Amino acid sequence: MSLSWVQHLILAPILVPLIVGAGLVLINERHHQRKFLINLAATLSMLGTAVALLLLTDQEHWPSGIGVYLSANWAAPFGVVLLVDRLTAVMLLLSSVLASASLIFAMTRWSRIGVHFHSLFQFLMMGINGAFLTNDLFNLFVFFEVMLAASYGLVLHGYNTTRIRAGMQYIVVNLLASFFFLIGVALIYATAGTLNMTDLAGRLEGLNPEDLVLLKIGVVILALAFLTKSAMWPLGFWLPTTYSAASPPVAAMMVLMTKIGVYVLIRLWLLLFSEGPAAGFGFDLLLVGGLATLAFGTIGILASQEPGRMAGYAAVISSGTLLAAVGYGEPALINVALFYMISSTIAVAAFLLLIELVERIRVPGAAMLALTMEAFGLEDKPGEPVGKAIPGALAFLGLAFACCALIITGLPPLSGFIAKFGLFHTLLNAGPAGTGIDLTTWVMIVLVVLSGLAGIVSLMRFGVRTFWAAQNPVAPHLQRSEVMPITALLLVCVLLTAQAGPTLAYLERSAEPLSQPALYLERLEASQAVGDSMTEAAL
Amino acid sequence: MEAVIAIAMGIMFGAGVWLLLRPRTFQVITGLLLVSYAVNLFIFIMGRLTLNRPPLTLAEGTIDPALYADPMPQALVLTAIVIGFATTALYLVVMIGARGLTGTDHVDGKETH
Repeated sequence: MSLSWVQHLILAPILVPLIVGAGLVLINERHHQRKFLINLAATLSMLGTAVALLLLTDQEHWPSGIGVYLSANWAAPFGVVLLVDRLTAVMLLLSSVLASASLIFAMTRWSRIGVHFHSLFQFLMMGINGAFLTNDLFNLFVFFEVMLAASYGLVLHGYNTTRIRAGMQYIVVNLLASFFFLIGVALIYATAGTLNMTDLAGRLEGLNPEDLVLLKIGVVILALAFLTKSAMWPLGFWLPTTYSAASPPVAAMMVLMTKIGVYVLIRLWLLLFSEGPAAGFGFDLLLVGGLATLAFGTIGILASQEPGRMAGYAAVISSGTLLAAVGYGEPALINVALFYMISSTIAVAAFLLLIELVERIRVPGAAMLALTMEAFGLEDKPGEPVGKAIPGALAFLGLAFACCALIITGLPPLSGFIAKFGLFHTLLNAGPAGTGIDLTTWVMIVLVVLSGLAGIVSLMRFGVRTFWAAQNPVAPHLQRSEVMPITALLLVCVLLTAQAGPTLAYLERSAEPLSQPALYLERLEASQAVGDSMTEAAL
Repeated sequence: MEAVIAIAMGIMFGAGVWLLLRPRTFQVITGLLLVSYAVNLFIFIMGRLTLNRPPLTLAEGTIDPALYADPMPQALVLTAIVIGFATTALYLVVMIGARGLTGTDHVDGKETH
């Protein structure tokens, strides 16, 4: 008895980048083009795999749409189990879309300013995909470290003083977070005797109260690591500095890494604390933390002059909204939150790529000038009344900037608006019929609206200064490989807007089983090692 | 024995945290090392403290688990040591790079007077 190739597809998103990344180390840096093409082929194959997994899980190729892969043929729950469900598939798709866009953007310039960009990129993909797929806590730690180690290298890619300063803080914060991760994992193993997330959810019932308390402490310490990754206040001060220092394609990938923290929290929290003896544990903390993050991001984005920092705070705001939505504890909110996550991740990543092109319009020192103008209240000189026709490059930049701004702040007509509208709609209809809307709901709605407003103010200030108030804007020379990925990412957002109904329906199907550990347990128990004579004899 | 180990880990962790908050990169990396030792020790004793019990067995049939130490935390701690070691070494490289580029070993890359 052997496995069908479909089963091995679950392992492909981890195996492909591992082999390609290692292979790329051997190719000399002189062969840029060859390295780039291999990298692109691998990334596109991951895109294909993600689409295939998306279809397989949604068509219920596996019962309940949950595919289980026993790595190295060890019986569950003793070995490391990889698990793919609808949520995993959609996250894999998101990561490969972003990766393809960043990679193409990096083709002409950014991948050449340092060595081993392509290998590090593949290792980053391996870590990200692994973190999505694994169902084992310690294995999750390993994939987190693979992802982080690659990201350390990528943040420092194109070594300069700013990057190294930001990198030093980024590395220390994440190393410390990893140690908390380990303490949490050790405590969970000490109390429950398992590291498999699904198995853990099944064992909560049988724990005595003292062990349950210890386990909760373990999970909270573990969550500290994810919350640091997802930049919850007060653990997220590293984020804006690192984002603005990293090279644009790397920064775009880091937007995704922020969301991995949120993804793991959604998965783990809903699995462990939706039902059973510890139901409802920690949701309040996520809600309060999310709201604090939202407030912090709102103030931060208003205070930023530099576009890189603006994008960083936009990512903080989106993390805060997500954490608050998860902590709100309303199952119907999860699918809207996922929609918001996809749309805001793509928009912030596109914005980070765009900034670099926009910066080419601004003459050096323009940012400094803008600051001084603000401080001394100087008026701009009135420009020439009759202007030249806007060149194509400037038109593209302006249009793309406006699209990014609309999605990030959640204004109609793009996907950001649908996400926020859905959020408010669900929040207002959350309570039992007839009861009023409680204070927390109002606070959350007000904060989300305020963060949108702050985003509009901040982005408009930047946009007006760059596109309208700039003296003699020079149309920058844009390469096709730089314009294409940004356009593609924005088109994905337009597609999300046009196909909001089917997307939300799919996300609802993916959010629904998350809080039903029984479904996952059933699938885990049903999975058998191949050629296991003892199990086969028992059947 | 539990108390001794717990106090030892506590001192090591506390000293590590104190060093992490210091302004020089060398102090930070020493702090990271101390914290990682404390954490590794913590993982190790999560399999409970036992004396003279082997972690592995090749015996046929069912065995009495009380006679053996839990091998799982030992495997985990090995992985954790290797990963912690690698990432700390990476930080060391960045630290040396920062020293060369900024001319100071302050964590902010500039001296504060």
